[in-house]
Amino acid sequence: MKEPLISLQGIVKKFPGVLANDHVNMELYPGEIHAVLGENGSGKSTLMSILAGLYRPDLGKIMVSGVEQKFRSPRDAIFYGIGMVHQHFKLVEPFSVAENITLGEKDSFLLSKEKLKTKIHELGEKYGLKINPDAKIWQLSVGEKQRVEIVRMLYRGSKVLVLDEPTAVLTPQEAQELFNNLRRLASANCAVVLITHKLNEVQEIADRVTVLRQGKVAGVLEKNQITAQEMVRLMVGREVALNYERKPSSAGRVVLDLEKVTALNDLGIPSLRECSLRVREGEIFGLAGVSGNGQRELAEVIAGLRRIESGKVSLDSQEISHRSPREIIDLGVSYVPEDRLGMGLVPQLNTMENLILKNYHQPEYSGRWLLKPKVIQKHAEVLVDQYQVKLASLHQPVKSLSGGNLQKLLLAREISGAPKLMVVIYPARGLDIGATEAVHKLLLELKSRKTAILLISEDLDEILKLADRVGVIFNGQLNGEFPIEQTNLEEVGLLMMGSRSVEERIDDNEPACL
Amino acid sequence: MEGINSEIIIVILATGIRLAAPFLLAALGEMFTQRSGVYNLGVEGIMMMGAFVGFFITLIGGSPLLGIAASLVVGALMGLLMAVVSVTFKAEQGISGIGLYMLGWGLSGLLFRLYVGAITTIDGLKPVAIPLLSDIPFLGPILFNQNGLVYSAFLLVPISAFILYKTTWGLNVRAVGTMPEAADTLGVSVQGIRYQCLIVGSMLAGLAGAFLTVGHANMYADNITAGRGFISIALVYFGRWSPWGIMLGALLFSMADSFQSMVQVLGINFPYELAVVLPYVITIFALAISFGRVWGPAALGKPFQRGTRG
Repeated sequence: MKEPLISLQGIVKKFPGVLANDHVNMELYPGEIHAVLGENGSGKSTLMSILAGLYRPDLGKIMVSGVEQKFRSPRDAIFYGIGMVHQHFKLVEPFSVAENITLGEKDSFLLSKEKLKTKIHELGEKYGLKINPDAKIWQLSVGEKQRVEIVRMLYRGSKVLVLDEPTAVLTPQEAQELFNNLRRLASANCAVVLITHKLNEVQEIADRVTVLRQGKVAGVLEKNQITAQEMVRLMVGREVALNYERKPSSAGRVVLDLEKVTALNDLGIPSLRECSLRVREGEIFGLAGVSGNGQRELAEVIAGLRRIESGKVSLDSQEISHRSPREIIDLGVSYVPEDRLGMGLVPQLNTMENLILKNYHQPEYSGRWLLKPKVIQKHAEVLVDQYQVKLASLHQPVKSLSGGNLQKLLLAREISGAPKLMVVIYPARGLDIGATEAVHKLLLELKSRKTAILLISEDLDEILKLADRVGVIFNGQLNGEFPIEQTNLEEVGLLMMGSRSVEERIDDNEPACL
Repeated sequence: MEGINSEIIIVILATGIRLAAPFLLAALGEMFTQRSGVYNLGVEGIMMMGAFVGFFITLIGGSPLLGIAASLVVGALMGLLMAVVSVTFKAEQGISGIGLYMLGWGLSGLLFRLYVGAITTIDGLKPVAIPLLSDIPFLGPILFNQNGLVYSAFLLVPISAFILYKTTWGLNVRAVGTMPEAADTLGVSVQGIRYQCLIVGSMLAGLAGAFLTVGHANMYADNITAGRGFISIALVYFGRWSPWGIMLGALLFSMADSFQSMVQVLGINFPYELAVVLPYVITIFALAISFGRVWGPAALGKPFQRGTRG
């Protein structure tokens, strides 16, 4: 077998109270695409940060081509040919592509544009990563920004490319293109490391998988051993249902009705443009889209948190366009925001207080002047037990809870109000497989209780697993919708990038009647 | 307005050019500091120290050049202090800047009382007429009969622009001030760049202070800086962190300043109270107009901490 480019041996990294990496071994060979799989908190990010020189291991060795090296800073890692493409791009937005690529290079005092452009061009030709060196970063799409990051690392002579959750922000088409590029890099004898938690991607592209669980290597799978079931078993340590049993929707009357709603974003730019959409009782309407296309504004408009410029929002045929958030809550609208700890829950307040945030003023929980602590505590105990929220004490500020438990707590509060309509945005973002499964089950249960659910997500898998109808939001408008049976991934991906829906295209092709 | 002849106009304009120098020096220094992501509100205090030290060393050493060198040194030391407090210890920048201002203010006054005590004049910098150019009618005496610090201040404008936009160091500075995480992952030392910018910026502030004593008043008095350090900070915003914009702002302000002092000195028929507030009114207007949507260094004011654990 070939000699490994990089070999991590017995890496140990402790943080206060956590053993993030516990004697982790890993080998990276030239020409392979190696996936590192693990839940949140399994230590994969820590391991990669060690490889990229951001952290120093407490114990263990990093061998580069068989020789032990110490990485004191990212610069050392780059020097030994390890390039990291972070999930949140490390690009300077107002700079040009060329400036971003040359940043940190020490070879000359003056910026030399021409030489740089030639080299960027050469790299682009060699690996199929075409990019305009003069474009400013803020003008680029997310996929192009990622390409800049990759070219930047290749420009520095990286032989090992580490990508952290690279497809999280991409459309399926962009992800395909990325995978093609990664294959080309691997065939040029680079090693590509893909940090991910998306099983289908691993199956599609990885030659080998290292699965981490609680800081340890739970297993290494070769290409022919990679199956979704096996990966999940290693990740979670138990069997998990990969697909839910879907009860057919019993969609009834229209609960939420948006008619040509226009609203501005925080910068005062219209981000919902005459957006119309309907959600019926007992159905989950999955709204897909690349984030930043008006999703947050849509959710806030429904919850009464954002003023609408024109149009009409109705709940059960009753207009709620200009009602206050509390009136809307009292009418039975529940909103689970993307920012759990901040908008959804108050970090410094304890579990009991957070659970009555929406109804503390009702006679059940407060008298004329004072809250009723015993009732509130009882209420909290029941919900925490029912929704299996793991916490040390009801009196502890909720900021110390994990993401999964925060989301369960938030959903417990929202579901216990028996809403007519629930708007939930990115519900599984940042949650591990176990917590995601729990959250999804709660949503399905709520649906079976006839609640209308608007599920806004950028994770297509999540939408396909849960939704009864799928819509795509692009540039503040609903850009096509389908019943789940007729949904195809490719079509949704195209709509997410702004191509028009099938019907419209058919309309265009019809000859004029006159 | 009768009584304003071309001679007076030349005096007003020439003084305006000369008075632009301290603003230019201090504001260009502050521009580098802010471009790297730190705002240094201590400029005024550094200028006071530069003014005193420049004056004092000229007084005892007999040469304005020695005084100027000393002001650079004291500026560098104060910049270093600011860097230790705000970059290494990540103290809130606004507060540490105010602290630096008060340090410079108190210390310069104290040292003056201890070692000098009374108003004393020095032999400061002499104007250097540039051959040929200074003979141009009208423009010659305005532009080309100034002292060396004035020429240096104006030369620093294109030099700063070149450094900022055409060199790798300038690119590093801009990156560190806009997205330090990016610079850090590519091996640029964020703290190193910020130290360098604070020290260079403070040296220029010290020099701006020395200009006031060694290159302008030829003496030292309490509060000789008269808020010029704070105005320089405003000029950085006015000029939108660009050297040419800063020069425009500095000239606008210094011309108004020169006009108001000439109104008093020459007894020009113009309401004196109005003339005194004119520079400040112009500044406020200019700032009000130039704000709106301002692009600034995105990481300005934020201490950098590498990697949060994930």
